[in-house]
Amino acid sequence: MPESKLLTEHYHKDEYRGLQGYKANGGYQVIEKAFKMDPQKIIEEVLNSGLRGRGGAGFPTGRKWSFLPDNGEPRYLLCNADEGEPCTFKDRMMMERAPHQLIEGMVISAFAIKSHKSYIYVRGEYTESVEILREAIKEAYDAGYLGKNILGSGFDHDMDVYAGAGAYICGEETGMISSLEGKKGQPKLKPPFPAVKGYLGKPTIVNNVETLAAVVPIIKDGADAYKKFGTEKSTGTKLFSVSGDVQKPGNYEVPLGMPLRELIELAGGMKPSRTLKAVIPGGTSAPVLNKEEAEKATMDYECLAEMGSMLGSGAVTIIDDTRCMVDMLHVITHFYHHESCGQCTPCREGTGWLNKIVNSIVEGRGRLQDIDTLCKVADHMKGKTICALSDAAALPVLSFVPKFRSEFEFYIREGRSKVKGTRYAEMHA
Amino acid sequence: MFKLSPEGVEFVKSEVARYESKESAIIPALYRVQKENDNWVPNEAISELSQIMDIPEARINEVFHFYTMFNKEPVGKYHVQVCTNVACAMAGTREILKDLCDEHGVKVGEVTSDGRYCFQNVECLGSCGTAPMLQINQDKYNENLDIEKTKQLLKDLP
Repeated sequence: MPESKLLTEHYHKDEYRGLQGYKANGGYQVIEKAFKMDPQKIIEEVLNSGLRGRGGAGFPTGRKWSFLPDNGEPRYLLCNADEGEPCTFKDRMMMERAPHQLIEGMVISAFAIKSHKSYIYVRGEYTESVEILREAIKEAYDAGYLGKNILGSGFDHDMDVYAGAGAYICGEETGMISSLEGKKGQPKLKPPFPAVKGYLGKPTIVNNVETLAAVVPIIKDGADAYKKFGTEKSTGTKLFSVSGDVQKPGNYEVPLGMPLRELIELAGGMKPSRTLKAVIPGGTSAPVLNKEEAEKATMDYECLAEMGSMLGSGAVTIIDDTRCMVDMLHVITHFYHHESCGQCTPCREGTGWLNKIVNSIVEGRGRLQDIDTLCKVADHMKGKTICALSDAAALPVLSFVPKFRSEFEFYIREGRSKVKGTRYAEMHA
Repeated sequence: MFKLSPEGVEFVKSEVARYESKESAIIPALYRVQKENDNWVPNEAISELSQIMDIPEARINEVFHFYTMFNKEPVGKYHVQVCTNVACAMAGTREILKDLCDEHGVKVGEVTSDGRYCFQNVECLGSCGTAPMLQINQDKYNENLDIEKTKQLLKDLP
């Protein structure tokens, strides 16, 4: 099965970055169609398309939009471009290759939900994306696609870019709102959900870059055409960021439901004389799949959920037989410990303990009982906190350890990796 | 003693007016200080921002200390941030980081005696298809590296 480029068809063209090039390739036509539609009809079309949030949680986009209260308060649209889930790099490509596609998707979405102000919250390290978006927004204002009375429709919309400053937690929607308000990026308890009480206490819709861009083809050809791609419950196409032990790592746009082994082939296949050992299918928060599971998996929400994992952000990390799973988990526990916002005790303390225990194992100070302690700590971190970071830190442990237990036991007994050639690599604070 | 340039002060004031809530200007203001002060934020800048923005110092400090991209100490002329998260670690960045530190006789996070470099591990920067990668200060990413390319890259810096 080849790629299905609903969103990325023109990404290889440099001209597509600018307004003229975007228009020359069919850009900003859907916005005109949308303005002739009833906003409610656009929401219904998105709902019928089955589009689910492409940032990680996979919540149906149209349903999220329908939670907005009809109370006359100003509404905000917030684009989540804080792409921080390890091994995810699709939003960066989308912003850098096709900034106007995102702007067009956002204006259509804003028109549908009757929002007159939007922000694109970009992670601070993406300085190039920020510059490109600012330039594109300026072009869009000059051409009348943003500002007052857009294309004579009577609809006003202002858009701005906000750069974060280095915090994974700001990818969580309420954490992002806190950050945009000029606070620490700490999440808030839900409910109330942002759609009811978000930015500055006003109704706010937070959608991922890829989600908002996907609104363009949905409104262009309709929900039915979009649903021709994918499976019944996972409609449309998805960008997968494939990294790790493949020959051609990169972003691939394919219909949801593609067998994982085909996606690996698309990314150039495994390296010569290496074999598949494991796959992290949806960013490091997604439980790891072993070889048998990976060979059976299809890349859709339901199959990965059935396997006890998740599609997440679409970050697919391929791991071959030269990798030590203890070392891999060490990198992951280090990450979550670094990124816990410190608000909830199970997460703040738990992520530290997970990292300490795995650290002691790789330093050769591990004891066999540590394996069970590790799982016990992880188990106590699930479902007990304000946001999902704690679960995201626990799930890798609760999948790596049972699925590759013999590697952990070997490391503890022998003080070195079961995988030949793996050296101890220090992680720094 | 650090002081924002007149243009910097104007920038901060314009950011205060830009957003619905003036606290939203704290992050852009801290970035501006960092840009004017060799990529780090000295303590006296917090008091200055507090006066310009009419926001309590404690409120600014809260933001300053939460986000990793604000440097609390000098980071040399070139803050070399090497990603050591999953895809980059698999591609050998931990070894690259160690090599760089050994070659320059510093530990991770220390500034070299000539003030030129500070090598720092960072978490995933979203460049996993082009690993190994590193970012110098807040500039464009350097991707598809290896140890030789990295050393050359550093030598070629002005």
